[in-house]
Amino acid sequence: MRDDTPLWQRMATAGAMMIQGTPQARALGMRVVSITEARAVVEVDWREDLVGDPETGVIASGVVTTLLDNTCGVAAFAALSEPMSTATLDLRIDYMRPAKKGATIRAEAHCYRMTKTVAFVRAFAFDGADETDPVAAAQAAFMMGTSGRMGKNRRPPK
Amino acid sequence: MSDAPATPTRVNLSELSTMFQAVPYAKFLGVQLELKGDELTAILPFKDDLIGNPMLPALHGGVVGALMELTAVAQIFLAQGGKKIPKVIDISIDYLRSGRPIDTYARAHVTKLGRRIANVRVEAWQFDRADPIAALHGHFLLKSDEAEAETN
Repeated sequence: MRDDTPLWQRMATAGAMMIQGTPQARALGMRVVSITEARAVVEVDWREDLVGDPETGVIASGVVTTLLDNTCGVAAFAALSEPMSTATLDLRIDYMRPAKKGATIRAEAHCYRMTKTVAFVRAFAFDGADETDPVAAAQAAFMMGTSGRMGKNRRPPK
Repeated sequence: MSDAPATPTRVNLSELSTMFQAVPYAKFLGVQLELKGDELTAILPFKDDLIGNPMLPALHGGVVGALMELTAVAQIFLAQGGKKIPKVIDISIDYLRSGRPIDTYARAHVTKLGRRIANVRVEAWQFDRADPIAALHGHFLLKSDEAEAETN
């Protein structure tokens, strides 16, 4: 039986599974806040072992990179009607300022354009409610419908 | 001339490792550094929780980005003769192929070490250095005492 529910609605219902199925997202303690059509909001809490600058206690920029990459990927997926394999083409991140020590980082991504082959996504990361004061901004492009067969990377390269 | 920049003091691997081990996130990822002469290689030994796509399986793109970012930081630290940890301003990552569930290596090249900004290029590879899995280009803010005094 064909499921006519839009993919993003099925993703929103699956919610936590989007993170549970991704080992690195789980290791960082990411949480899906919301998934709507072509949009995703994901959070990660400050943690002692994720600090990037021991002098200031600020969370590592690498954590923000992974959070933004992950959230952009979920947003691209939420713009599809059926799941397909994707590959990140590129990711550009501007770090405007260090996140506040102890603050939860929230990434909001929007897939603003989907062509047959490429998804274009923009995202911002915040450490508070102020939408005019982001910590970082991201721009990503994903190839859609790549031939990513199950277990492909288990075989040695040609 | 007396105000000519002093030759950077050589940083040895133990100084570099001390700086790196003080970064909890580097430990979280498990990044190790190897220094031969002035050539620095960062190594990310594979572990299961670095996976982003369990189907292929492939390393998380963010992890590969973070590895290259840390490599850039260590290379700048080396080029500066060991000062403070530089701060990332922006990065641009090209993903060239999916990261397999094996160890990953990265090397950085400081294109320009200015007074306040460093331009850096990094490549990450697995089997073959000539066939990188990802490349990064980024700008970093140098937190030298001089630059700090300037902003204060």
